[in-house]
Amino acid sequence: MSEAARNTQGRVTVLHHLNDDLLMSYAAGTLSEGWSIGVATHLSFCPGCRQRLSEFESIGGHFLECEEVEGDETAGWEEIQKRLDVPSSNITAIAVGSDPLFPQPLFSYVEAAGGLRWRSLGSGASQMKVPTSDPSTVVRLLKIPAGKPVPEHSHSGRELTLVLAGSFGDSVSVFNRGDVELADDDLTHQPKATPEGDCICLAITEAPLRFTSRIVRFLQPFLGI
Amino acid sequence: MKTLTPLQSVSVDLAETGHVVELPSVLDGKSHLSADRRKSLEPREINSLMAAVAEHQDIDAYQLLYNYFVPKVRAYMSKIGSDRAFADEMAQEAMLRVWRKARLFDPGKGQASTWIYTIARNVRIDALRRGPRPTFDQNDPAFIPEDEPAADVALERQQDADRLRVAMASLKPDEIKTLRLSFFEDMAHPAIAAALGIPIGTVKSRIRNACLKLRAILKDA
Repeated sequence: MSEAARNTQGRVTVLHHLNDDLLMSYAAGTLSEGWSIGVATHLSFCPGCRQRLSEFESIGGHFLECEEVEGDETAGWEEIQKRLDVPSSNITAIAVGSDPLFPQPLFSYVEAAGGLRWRSLGSGASQMKVPTSDPSTVVRLLKIPAGKPVPEHSHSGRELTLVLAGSFGDSVSVFNRGDVELADDDLTHQPKATPEGDCICLAITEAPLRFTSRIVRFLQPFLGI
Repeated sequence: MKTLTPLQSVSVDLAETGHVVELPSVLDGKSHLSADRRKSLEPREINSLMAAVAEHQDIDAYQLLYNYFVPKVRAYMSKIGSDRAFADEMAQEAMLRVWRKARLFDPGKGQASTWIYTIARNVRIDALRRGPRPTFDQNDPAFIPEDEPAADVALERQQDADRLRVAMASLKPDEIKTLRLSFFEDMAHPAIAAALGIPIGTVKSRIRNACLKLRAILKDA
């Protein structure tokens, strides 16, 4: 299966997808910024999940259409009419920065952070925190050397890991570029980067991380972990 | 500023585009805006009107869409808070974006009501100041596009819309209510649980069941 998933002539074939829960809250607009970065980045890779997203959005369209309204509520036409300029014809031609490794929207976040800056986590792995305005999540990039274990994160709640380069896996499954691994509290495993090369992932976790030690928990904001 | 043109011109323009074979009944020249400005629109009519706005900035078609959607969008925006004037302003903003971004509407990619919903949703997210909404970009070189679309996508999308309505009608009232709170009232699972007085697990299972039913019907081509 991992062979099939490997890039064939540069194309990414995603095998591990977003769940309904994430896609539906993204469609409804209730998903916070941090999770949305992971969802939108996966969507860049995955036509299948974009199709599912549009199905969920059509539920929103359905509710909008079905909304019963009373009385004459069409006021405002006179005002809006004055603002109807000729719509722009080149609205789609917005130039974006690009990077072979990071699709949008992730690229713009990395750029806003001043580019890639890895910080060692010991054990060979390194990370970069991706700044967002969402206090409910921690968004990071992880770089795991070939064959090394993915550094253990908290597993205190939901976690989304999206592979950007290389791959990681355990005895059960392998995750390649574009693949998403979703985990929650009860998952205990420690996958490894596959031996072929370093693995770079986007990891989103709930914040703040729960540490068993009260002292570490107290120091957490100062340690930046 | 554009001035209003007679309604009949819309029918001619629509016929020329080749997108629409069936003319919307609201555009047959008999109905009049002032007499029936709140006329209910069928999804087919909504799509035709939106295509007319997209392709030649048809202001009459836009006015029909405005009259139909602005009260609904206003109701959607009223969930932002108690400030009625602000909700009105956001509804106007969303409808203005519908006009300005009209060229991005592609009838082959989905229903006009879905497209208008996504615009209203993005305006609401901005208004709630939840931070930026990360979104994929089709112009990004790293973006993986769809395989070649099927020959008649527009027809296929229309069938999707019909199936969605059948599918929504098949859901239990509890499931509809739960989905509506999520999509329309801007509630995350814990808020839905609190609003309905049910455990969060029940919220999740209702949504899961609804998804399974919808998917089963939508896939049943």
